[in-house]
Amino acid sequence: MDEDGLLEEAYGLSQDQRAELLLGALVCVVVALLVAMIAFVFHEAWPSFAHNGVGWFGPGGSVDGQIQAIFTSGELNQVAVWTFHAWPLIWSTILITAAAVAIAFVGSLFVAVFMVEFAPDRLKRVLEPVVRLLASVPSVIYGLLGVLVIVPFIGDHLITEHEKASVTPVIQLSGSSVLAAVLILTVMIAPIMIAVFADGLRAVPRGWLEGSLALGINRWRTFWKVGVRTARPVLVAGTVLATARALGEAVMLSMVSGGVGFSPNPADGLIFLFEPSRPLAATIIANTEQLSSPPMKHTLYAIAAVLLFSAAMLSLIGWAAKQPMKRYGVIA
Amino acid sequence: MSALGASLSPSQSPPGRRTGASPSWRLSDRIGLGFAWLLGLLFCAIAASIVLYFLIEGIQYLRPSLLVTNPTASVNESQTGGFLDPLLGTVIVALMAMAVAIPTGIGIAVWLSEFGRPSALARVTESCIEMLAGTPSVVLALFGTILFEAPALGFLSQTSRGIVLGQSFFAASAMLSLVGLPMVVATVREGLQVIPSHVREASYAVGKTKIATTRRVLLPAARPSLITGSMLGLGRVIGDTAVVLLLLGGTLTFSNANSTPVLGTLRGTGDTLTGYIYYNAPTGDGNQPSKAYAAAFVLMLIVLALNLGVDFALRRSRARLWN
Repeated sequence: MDEDGLLEEAYGLSQDQRAELLLGALVCVVVALLVAMIAFVFHEAWPSFAHNGVGWFGPGGSVDGQIQAIFTSGELNQVAVWTFHAWPLIWSTILITAAAVAIAFVGSLFVAVFMVEFAPDRLKRVLEPVVRLLASVPSVIYGLLGVLVIVPFIGDHLITEHEKASVTPVIQLSGSSVLAAVLILTVMIAPIMIAVFADGLRAVPRGWLEGSLALGINRWRTFWKVGVRTARPVLVAGTVLATARALGEAVMLSMVSGGVGFSPNPADGLIFLFEPSRPLAATIIANTEQLSSPPMKHTLYAIAAVLLFSAAMLSLIGWAAKQPMKRYGVIA
Repeated sequence: MSALGASLSPSQSPPGRRTGASPSWRLSDRIGLGFAWLLGLLFCAIAASIVLYFLIEGIQYLRPSLLVTNPTASVNESQTGGFLDPLLGTVIVALMAMAVAIPTGIGIAVWLSEFGRPSALARVTESCIEMLAGTPSVVLALFGTILFEAPALGFLSQTSRGIVLGQSFFAASAMLSLVGLPMVVATVREGLQVIPSHVREASYAVGKTKIATTRRVLLPAARPSLITGSMLGLGRVIGDTAVVLLLLGGTLTFSNANSTPVLGTLRGTGDTLTGYIYYNAPTGDGNQPSKAYAAAFVLMLIVLALNLGVDFALRRSRARLWN
């Protein structure tokens, strides 16, 4: 205490104030690091956006060919090539993410309702750890499962020879497909949704449900009309969280979705489900060895910037969605 | 399945004998409940089949020798060795990343929950941490590749002919600590916030300072959530592949930077179990599924153990509810 006393006299700071300053400094350092990271990614991404303008997000030509040209120009110290039209990659990301989130949302909502309200106690006790386990299985294990089980199954049993022959001039249908990616991504993000949904549903005040039950509404209707409706902000928050995870999933999708920058067209009929594609995050993984070429580096950073921007927007939506819950005084 | 739901539903409907305007359990309600049962059981079945599949395949291919031999590149599966170095790599990376993430995370959580002034900074911190949680790890990895190529950070990795390689255990662990950090912050903060204020006031009343209260009373009380958060963060760190692929170099064995015993290894490149699985999957360069299965089995065991730990910690924290 002597030393403390001396310091207090010397600087006019108590032990508490010093601790607060120290922790505050730590927080400032971490926040500064994160802000610097965001600024740095956008700074590195800028050349690619600047050279392509809005066309960066649009369609045009073969995206794989463009990547190759960008890489070669930088590697051989030629005049840098910048032309890059990322639409096939963006479309693949949207298609796979939206399909997986939509399926997982419906499934997770039912499972969460079941887990919170209708499952027998013994099943409830099993379901909770199972959800947590599935949420923590590493994505590379899901990828391995996909590439060794799901992809060969789709390739051998679901795609007919006729379908394979019909698209041979353009792409090969091996089983690495949108369908495989969506299936595995759904299983990956469903546990995250279920965990968040279940927390929200549990936080619904018991009295509100009992009020409805007392009016003679049955448990099923009560829970959907009162419970699920009250928890709507949490449903949005959980969906946002799962969407962020799906958008950023790189390793599993690079293993399962097929490494071709091709945009499957739903107008072609159901065959688009069997066509390969490659989302944005998987493109970064697939091209890490080409970082040595400066224009390629900036192009990959531009992809990362798009992902980062989407993640920021999603967390903004999630934050906004949580506000009404706080107004009710329900904490979740 | 809907028959199962229908047969179960009457016992679960409220016992009242209401007649008239609102007949309980219409057909659509019964179908809905049946669907919920179906999906709940399907979810359990999927989980069980994934775990069982990897346990069965893993036991089939896992030999004790795999755990003590190092990988070597070969086309012949009998000569590619085991995965001692990737396994050690996972341990090293996890220890180093969590050694940074846990103290930092606790510090941030304590500041957010107990101090939090000025409130603008608190709000910025909250949104930054939330955004970090949503940031894809591949973006963090890409950021790391350039950050650690900076000459000023050259002492953390190898330098060859004046060019900093930027791939090392230090680099990967630093970025992985950012992957684990949000989990630790969120869980510890929640654990601190559920402690009622009278506990703090009791401590102040006997003359303890705020920081002493935090250290001696609040953190010990929040220990279960501290453990939970650390394990959840650890799970994320161990399972991450993107950072490992970009920042650890993906050399199958340790490739030391120099002959200094510990620092040389940490400054050198290596691999982890996730990187090894990626390498040996049919889409990777190694393409030896049996090795990938065996490594995935070991990784699954680690994840299962972590989950049991979380369950245990959660049960302890539920036993001590503040009322």
